[in-house]
Amino acid sequence: MIPNSRKEIIARMLGELGLKDVKELYSDVPQTLLLDRPPDVGKSMSQADVSNVFEREILGRILDVNLIFTGGGIADHYVPALVDELSSRQEFYTSYTPYQPEVSQGVLQALFEYQSLMAELLGMDVVNASLYDYASALGEAGRFSIRVTKRNKIVLASTIHPERYSVLKTYVEPLGTELVSIPYDESGELSLEDLSSVVDESVAMVYVESPNFFGIIETRIEEISQLCHDKGALLAVGVDPLSLGLIKPPGEMGADIVIGEGQHLGGYMNYGGPSLGIFAIKRRFRHIRQMPGRLIGITRTVDGKFRGYSMVLQTREQHIRQEEATSNITTNSSLMAIRAAIYLSLLGPDGIRKVSEKIFYNTLYLKRKINELPCFKTLFPGSISFKEIPVIADKSWENINKFLLSKGILGGFIIGSRFPKLDSEKKIALFSTTEVHTKKDLDYLIQSMREVC
Amino acid sequence: MRYIQARWEEGDGILEPTVFELGKRGDGGTPIVSIEEELMEEIGNLDEILPEKIVRRSIDLPGLSEPEVARHFSHLAQMNFGVDSGPYWLGSCTMKYTPKLAMRIASVSKIRRLHPYAPEEQVQGILKALYELKEMLSKITGLPYFSLQPAAGAQGELVGALMIRKKFMDLGEKRDEILIPESAHGSNFASAAMAGFKVIRIPPSDEGTVDLNALKAAINERTAGMMITNPNTLGIFESDVLEIADVLHSNGSYLYYDGANLNAIMGWILLSDMGVDIAHLNIHKTFSAPHGGGGPGAGAVGTTEEFRDFLPIPVISRRGDYYFLDYNVPKTIGKVRMFYGNIGVLIKAWVYLKLLGGEGVRSVSTVAVLNANYARKKLIEMGFEVLYGKDRPCKHEFVLSLSEVKKKYGIRALDFAKALIDRGFHPPTIYFPLIVPEAFMMEPTESDSLREIDGYVNAMKEILRRIEENPEEILQAPKNSAIGRIDDVFGNKKLWLTWKIYESEGR
Repeated sequence: MIPNSRKEIIARMLGELGLKDVKELYSDVPQTLLLDRPPDVGKSMSQADVSNVFEREILGRILDVNLIFTGGGIADHYVPALVDELSSRQEFYTSYTPYQPEVSQGVLQALFEYQSLMAELLGMDVVNASLYDYASALGEAGRFSIRVTKRNKIVLASTIHPERYSVLKTYVEPLGTELVSIPYDESGELSLEDLSSVVDESVAMVYVESPNFFGIIETRIEEISQLCHDKGALLAVGVDPLSLGLIKPPGEMGADIVIGEGQHLGGYMNYGGPSLGIFAIKRRFRHIRQMPGRLIGITRTVDGKFRGYSMVLQTREQHIRQEEATSNITTNSSLMAIRAAIYLSLLGPDGIRKVSEKIFYNTLYLKRKINELPCFKTLFPGSISFKEIPVIADKSWENINKFLLSKGILGGFIIGSRFPKLDSEKKIALFSTTEVHTKKDLDYLIQSMREVC
Repeated sequence: MRYIQARWEEGDGILEPTVFELGKRGDGGTPIVSIEEELMEEIGNLDEILPEKIVRRSIDLPGLSEPEVARHFSHLAQMNFGVDSGPYWLGSCTMKYTPKLAMRIASVSKIRRLHPYAPEEQVQGILKALYELKEMLSKITGLPYFSLQPAAGAQGELVGALMIRKKFMDLGEKRDEILIPESAHGSNFASAAMAGFKVIRIPPSDEGTVDLNALKAAINERTAGMMITNPNTLGIFESDVLEIADVLHSNGSYLYYDGANLNAIMGWILLSDMGVDIAHLNIHKTFSAPHGGGGPGAGAVGTTEEFRDFLPIPVISRRGDYYFLDYNVPKTIGKVRMFYGNIGVLIKAWVYLKLLGGEGVRSVSTVAVLNANYARKKLIEMGFEVLYGKDRPCKHEFVLSLSEVKKKYGIRALDFAKALIDRGFHPPTIYFPLIVPEAFMMEPTESDSLREIDGYVNAMKEILRRIEENPEEILQAPKNSAIGRIDDVFGNKKLWLTWKIYESEGR
């Protein structure tokens, strides 16, 4: 891996420098700091040996299961082969931030297309070139809303993912922001009554997820948006982009900010990361100036002859604005955004609609079948849900999941103490189903669950 | 050397068309799944199940076939320069080669399809790899505790700054100032500000290093800490680091280390010996994970015992041979992203360090520093100027100032950079650090061969000669890239940020 590490090359280069020993390269370092020997991180291993150790000690101790029904914000989606193939091109994955646009048109245009495709899907005007993940996008959305409105209170649905809540808290804590949670109604949707009693002129942002942590689609985004806008608060909506093949996008229902997890669009679970933080806003000049993250725009060559792409509004960013920057983000999730661009380009309107529909069908079917079982029922059975299904059991979920695992199924995510607001008496696990599951898979899950009863 | 990048030219001033120009919008595309008839029959028509007001009527995405998409993105890839294309001396970014074994291992299906909420006892392998990575990072830095959660270096900085903030809240002290040298990465300033600190700038000494007197003048009872990069962004080792640490510690303040430049000293110096309290390491720089066209990276954060209880949750711990996600971090700053970190990136560092071993780790830094010193010497001999630290060895990078070239011939660092493109070299970082006029920040890394380094410096020399003969030619560069010189101002004026905006305003 190190072409010049051969002794004779080192000697030759040292000779050019008038040095005898590589240690002299560190003559400016207080000599007491220099270590006698390299750190003990083990001996160098050959490629074949590393492969072997990985197979035996790492892969050998990871479960082998093909049917994944675990929910909680990340799910097993189908990744088209084309996405893997194209995103493994070294020009995409080994390059860095396109600071030199003339040799980086490929990444720039791919990211511009990501911004454009995502804007269409979300019904929004402006999408940045990616943030780290859904949760940090929420953190940035919170800080953005505070900058824009100069208010310092954020109102949230209590049904948002608890980990996202934690991240938001971390991000706004230094600002002393007040966070207010709004309960849900009997359908699992945000309680409008409670919301209207809380939203006033001190609120910077109202945040709601659709589908929410329980997979419930909010059917009253337009009413929520009205409530916010009457008081000058921004509405931020968190989405699962794959639901938007069928569901009207939040941009068309009054959202000022849309965030979401783009991992579902051609990304893998990877034990939780890397992921793709989606961040979109409406096109208001003052807001664009306050956006976090990179933006790619169309420009032209100096001679005016060609259309090209470059990073724009860099004056918002840390490398220029330093402590006045809109965010500290530098390295982002570009490759994941490029994957999402390839995914959306390949699927097109028909492909996206089909994936959305399939997940809806699977969710509806699974919910129905679970509710027919004697010892399980779902939370909010009558509501419209997508992908995630909270299931109540009268037995211990640890045991149920163990049994399911013996059947080759990775079961629900046990909410337990992670979501203390929920009645602790109820034993709830979050299941999810995606387009990878066939009806046979769902029937097999149901049959296995029946055996528990 | 000469380099001619692929250029796909559609005509009418358009290179590769966008996907919106290639496919008709609103219908078509490639279904990747099918829905079973049985299921549809059992459930019924979704249009009747979903309330009318939330149903989407149209999706204006373009509809394309698989071969069309394959060619389109292949064309785009061809119009992009990567580390495997050629030398990429983007200073401060450590554009090193990624061993392909790391790519292969990260693509194994069992890793890719691993659900973050899978039961711990079923994922012992991945937890073990992450734990081993943490241990190796500890050995390399001397910092005993690590969080692998931050998604990038800047997020690591934020974590570090938040831990320092929380530490003083815990101590009941009001300390709201962070000291940062003027030559630091912009993200340091931004991260400190995000964590609620007031930023105090420390000017450089004539040597380009931290001015100890300026530091002593700035430090006071409100100083929470200082963020330093060592070697700094000039590629100069902060030889006074022990005094700096002393000044801070005797004031009850902490030393934060920005690991962007760790590639210079890895295996030679422990951060803990330099008095560092908290550090972030850039997994995508020093530890060979690729940069992904801008990300994803990973920013591991290491600390001393003093900050152990403040790390983000969960940390990865072990009991005997059992590895687990440990939420028992009493004073944690909370979480900065979902789940546990960019695992797909981190696993590549595990592979990299296994391949290197201890000797290899040291060899990386040795050769990176040797390459930089060799290139710097050659360039100085050719008449290029180094403003700071010329009489001492540089570390893994160095910064030229092209202000003489600009004065004599009107050629700016930007123009010079563009000329390098035509010769097959990715330009260095330019106009940074800000304290060097017409800065050319060059980082060869250990991945370049002597032939390539000679090629790079000879190209610099040749450009200099061309400038003397015909500066006009350099102003026209690049000529061989996919596109000619880009007009940045125009794009910033127009703000055509999506195809839809461009369609309605730009055409």
